[in-house]
Amino acid sequence: MNVERRRPVPASLAGVTTSRRGQSPAAFDAPVKVAVDGLNFYYGTKRALDGISIQIRSNLVTALIGPSGCGKSTFLRTLNRMNDIIPDTRVEGTVLIDDQSIYESRVDVVQLRRRVGMVFQKSNPFPKSIFENVAYGLRINGLVKTRAELEGRVEESLQQAAIWEEVKDRLQESALALSGGQQQRLCIARALAIRPEILLMDEPASALDPIATQRIEELIYELKKKYTIVIVTHNMQQAARVSDQTAFFWLGRLVEFDRTDKIFTAPAEKLTEDYVTGRCG
Amino acid sequence: MRKHADRLFQALSMATLIIALAALGVLIFDIVKDGGSRLSWQFLTNIASRNADEAGVYHALMGSIWVILITAALSLPIGVAAAIYLEEYGTRSRVARFIELNIANLAAVPSIIYGLLGLGLFVRIMAMGQSVMAGASTLALLALPVVILSTREALRTVPSTIREGSYALGATKWQTIWNQVLPMALPGILTGLILALSRAIGETAPLIAIGALTYIPFAPDGIWSKFTVLPIQIFNWVSRPQPEFKVNAAAAILVLLVLLLTMNAVAVVVRDRFQSRGRG
Ligand SMILES: Nc1ncnc2c1ncn2[C@@H]1O[C@H](COP(=O)(O)OP(=O)(O)OP(=O)(O)O)[C@@H](O)[C@H]1O
Ligand SMILES: [Mg+2]
Repeated sequence: MNVERRRPVPASLAGVTTSRRGQSPAAFDAPVKVAVDGLNFYYGTKRALDGISIQIRSNLVTALIGPSGCGKSTFLRTLNRMNDIIPDTRVEGTVLIDDQSIYESRVDVVQLRRRVGMVFQKSNPFPKSIFENVAYGLRINGLVKTRAELEGRVEESLQQAAIWEEVKDRLQESALALSGGQQQRLCIARALAIRPEILLMDEPASALDPIATQRIEELIYELKKKYTIVIVTHNMQQAARVSDQTAFFWLGRLVEFDRTDKIFTAPAEKLTEDYVTGRCG
Repeated sequence: MRKHADRLFQALSMATLIIALAALGVLIFDIVKDGGSRLSWQFLTNIASRNADEAGVYHALMGSIWVILITAALSLPIGVAAAIYLEEYGTRSRVARFIELNIANLAAVPSIIYGLLGLGLFVRIMAMGQSVMAGASTLALLALPVVILSTREALRTVPSTIREGSYALGATKWQTIWNQVLPMALPGILTGLILALSRAIGETAPLIAIGALTYIPFAPDGIWSKFTVLPIQIFNWVSRPQPEFKVNAAAAILVLLVLLLTMNAVAVVVRDRFQSRGRG
């Protein structure tokens, strides 16, 4: 019904969408991993999320796009209850992960966060050695028994995050001595080390150079075989390249959620189209 | 105009700083002039004596070291635990807010009041007598408000992104505090502790109030031993009529100063150790 209003999407933007997906067709009928229904979120009295309902499927990459301040990070943080630690906030609605409500009082938040890993918008390495940063999650959760196992998992995680080659000779040096992009990849390694089921990534590549960004994107492609990934990005090309599904947020509301190629080539909403073609936002 | 005001302010601050430092310098110079020649190994190892030439500070020095170590051992864990409770767990409760208000007030209470409290509580009710333990407990009370306030300040400076990073990896609140927050806050905590101990080590009034003696024929051999401390020894010597004892007092002040500086140095070393664990 919006067909008349819609302007043609530039070919350059439409073109990027299919570049990598050709290698492995995404399973859009995969089981629902995260089911969100009627989610409202308040900072004090300010409503930051307004009636969000969305279903995120297993082993797909879901991209969240939208202008700054529209609630992408807030939404992401409701999925591992990271907003709990911000005082004076309130959640309404339901979030089910594997059909289990995560906002019930009997839910063990610590256990939840172990299953739902997170990479933050601003990289936040601990002021400890590179090795300790990755080992921390393994240690506190008691996931390894021997030193050899610990070292193995640390190396594996650093390799997955495409930073191993750069740090393998300086594992005992402080993480704070790394560059911004390296710190971000270290944080990804740290999140991967405990092998979560869902990985939430809040603009993981915003501080990275094109090469590191490409590595991260390849990593995401690799990871979705095992994990369910939700990624926030301001980079439309990136959303188009890495994601299977895209959700467009606007002023705390979910405007449109669909297959990524559809969002970028034939969005149902005028607002979405204007945003992805750079006409607003 | 703005620039002139800026210059003027700068000059004024500089001047006050110089005046303060000069006063301190004159004081130290005066003490060194009076007591410097009296300092010797004998002075440190000799015990108090009626004869000024033979008198030394051994018992008082040992007493001060004992008392300050026990004071640190008491006030650090209690103060840090209290601060963690107030800052991390109880911030929203009424009790916590009430305690908070009172801690700020306690920091301003004159030390003699602590002495009277110590006399009633530790010496009498808890029957510790005039022991190192009673003295250290009293001084720990005195040190606690400063330790608590500075620890809270230090905990607050730990960025929330670090806490979030820890929680996101499935850490419990306590694991986060113990593994991430406390190590980062440690330099600030130690600075507060040293500040508090520096005040405690120079205190005379509360210890006299609890009945610490001016003359003790032995050095403390445990926490239940009777004791005296350097400030009391100094006070005692200053109040003697003979001028030789004034010299002894000046020398003992120097010993106290060196003890203080040593304490500070140890704190700086410990602090740098902890910081370099993160950086190095
Ligand atoms: N801790 C907070 N306290 C109060 N308001 C907040 C807080 N964090 C975010 N907000 C508000 O909630 C709204 C959504 O913020 P959010 O960080 O989720 O946006 P975002 O889409 O991630 O933006 P960006 O792309 O800039 O990261 C904004 O209006 C913001 O001002
Ligand atoms: Mg954000």
